Amino acid sequence: MIGLGHYLTVAAILFTIGVLGIFLNRRNVILMLMAIELILLAVNINLVAFSAYLGDLTGQVLAMFVLTVAAAEAAIGLAILVIFFRRRGSIAVDDVNRMHG
Amino acid sequence: MIATIAFYLFATLTIVPALAVIFARNPVHSVLWLILAFFNAAGLMLLLGAEFIAMLVVIVYVGAVAVLFLFVVMMLDIDFASLRSGFTKNLPFGLLLALVLAFEIFVAVMSRQAGPALSGRHIPDAAQPNIVALGQLLYSRYLFPFEIAGLILLVAMIGAIVLTHRRRADPRTPNMSKQIRRRPEDAMKLTQPKVGEGVKL
Repeated sequence: MIGLGHYLTVAAILFTIGVLGIFLNRRNVILMLMAIELILLAVNINLVAFSAYLGDLTGQVLAMFVLTVAAAEAAIGLAILVIFFRRRGSIAVDDVNRMHG
Repeated sequence: MIATIAFYLFATLTIVPALAVIFARNPVHSVLWLILAFFNAAGLMLLLGAEFIAMLVVIVYVGAVAVLFLFVVMMLDIDFASLRSGFTKNLPFGLLLALVLAFEIFVAVMSRQAGPALSGRHIPDAAQPNIVALGQLLYSRYLFPFEIAGLILLVAMIGAIVLTHRRRADPRTPNMSKQIRRRPEDAMKLTQPKVGEGVKL
């Protein structure tokens, strides 16, 4: 029998993979954004699982809002990435030092 | 029984592609693995009875976000090999960090199960379809947050356009006002040269 704990475990593993992805690919902004998407997906799975097991639809409404924010974040993040690449010809995070003092 | 098999199938096919996303050498492969992970996460949500969110994940994540990533990865000419330097250097510490984090989350989940709030609850049978219930909730109690969500999307759209729009130095589109201002007197001259004389340009 699959319980709530199983879903929470899957979401926890997914969340950890996302954090690991941010940590490992510290220079590649595109992969960092993808890792953030994985983290948001884990949050969504958590919300939907709790919503289903509590019989309360509020969690699913919240999951929808998380989805909205994820889409907006991806659009803005990739737009910033495109203009950064146009200016500097690279997307390495180490090059983002124009504003330090 | 079939639900258990489906759960483990979807869970495995969510987690393994997620690992492949962060370990793949080629970022295009990363995006494709991400799409597979999204599809299977949608499957997990279907198992929970949240059909609408599952379809939304497929439409928004796979149809919009992942394709956007694919566009950007393929459009920008990026030297991805140089971006991987430091990957192996970060690997041991990153794995340690991830393991600690995972352990903490598991402890939190287990301590929750000790509590009385949720123990032994089953998924309640829905009286009405998921989409109907969600729509009724969304358009009554959560109407204002729903409108705000729409506003967020609008701001994101305008922001992305403003950020990436650029005016070309040599516009290919014709200059309308210049074309309209042009008169026949300025543009051409009628001459009747005599025999033996040329036309002076």
